[in-house]
Amino acid sequence: MKNLKNIFTVLLITLVAFNCSNDDDAGPNSPTGPDFTGTYTQKDQMGRPAVNTVFVSSGSKDSFNTTIPSNQNAAFQAMFEANLTGLSPAYANPGDQNALGLDAPTFTGLLATDVLNVSLDGTTTFYDGTNVLTGRALADDVITVELLLIFGGEDFSENPTLSNDNVDANDKSFSTSFPYLASPW
Amino acid sequence: MKNFKFILGVGVFAAASFFFLSADHIDAPAVQGGTSDITDFYAFQGEDSNNLVFVANVQGLLSPSATASASFDENVMIEFNIDNTGDNVEDLVIQAIPRDGKMYFFGPVAPGTTGLSSTVIGSGPQTVVDITAYGSTPVVQTTAGISAFAGPRDDPFFFDFAQYSAIIGGTASGFNNPGSDTFAGTNVMSIVIEVPKSMIGGSGTINTWVESKSKS
Repeated sequence: MKNLKNIFTVLLITLVAFNCSNDDDAGPNSPTGPDFTGTYTQKDQMGRPAVNTVFVSSGSKDSFNTTIPSNQNAAFQAMFEANLTGLSPAYANPGDQNALGLDAPTFTGLLATDVLNVSLDGTTTFYDGTNVLTGRALADDVITVELLLIFGGEDFSENPTLSNDNVDANDKSFSTSFPYLASPW
Repeated sequence: MKNFKFILGVGVFAAASFFFLSADHIDAPAVQGGTSDITDFYAFQGEDSNNLVFVANVQGLLSPSATASASFDENVMIEFNIDNTGDNVEDLVIQAIPRDGKMYFFGPVAPGTTGLSSTVIGSGPQTVVDITAYGSTPVVQTTAGISAFAGPRDDPFFFDFAQYSAIIGGTASGFNNPGSDTFAGTNVMSIVIEVPKSMIGGSGTINTWVESKSKS
């Protein structure tokens, strides 16, 4: 019985020792593995598609990329609203809204905080006719959705030649299985 | 000669405008055309509906002939940020950094500090996958419920950006029908990671964004 106890103690120590060294090997500062030490500083960021390209003025694009999302609304909403109204002057009319029922201040208030809202409870899509801003799937025609919200007016009927680029799908099919994206050309 | 210079100037300007591409492709002077230039970001439910998939693409507009020699930059971290408390501040990150032909993923894990500077957090899940070579079958690594891929892919983005530029530039009054996909036939360097939803909040809505950060 005493021997058995000793054997268990030895086994336990071995296990603990093995686990410890295993942890060390897997860590970012491992003496034998790759070196991941150091500080990494922000260069670019993105939430929703085309936001920086369309709504940020040319002199502010780097600054937008290095402003944390929780500070973006205060720093950029007014610029977004001016640029939206410049692109689509109807927004300057009092009460003018897009098909989501958002006027220029509300719409640009949503966009200026450049994060992608994603549902963990079901359908994930930028917009599929029913669900709005619950994610972004590969096949979502995000540009036409954005053009409709910028130019299409209250019921998507305004400015038909500006509100759809008539490119509705990718040039290769996506896979239903991981990693989902198509093989390169 | 003066006229020629002027014409050349217009040409260069037009080319620069043309390459000011979306979704986030070449979006800003400090990153355009470099290894830290994010072209696109996707987040969607996986084939297994218990999982969520994150995709970050970098280095857009790679021609097929340029793709074989394209590589991830070992000094650039791609960081997926996840806010699951509704304040647009990251509660969890997934960090991806390449080393010697492999992509190392750290997370989902709480960041050391939030914001513009990051260090690698080794205390959470770790997933390592061989970077897939151009022309090869995708290499996929699944460890403890997390699946990972890194390598060249077709750019999934589609947009008649050339016509949009013409409209913005005042030389066209509307889109053509059919349009022409400016991104057809081009590739990107892609990072794909699929994680159980239970690791990032379980249910409800998350706010998520992707960052590129370079070692200073």
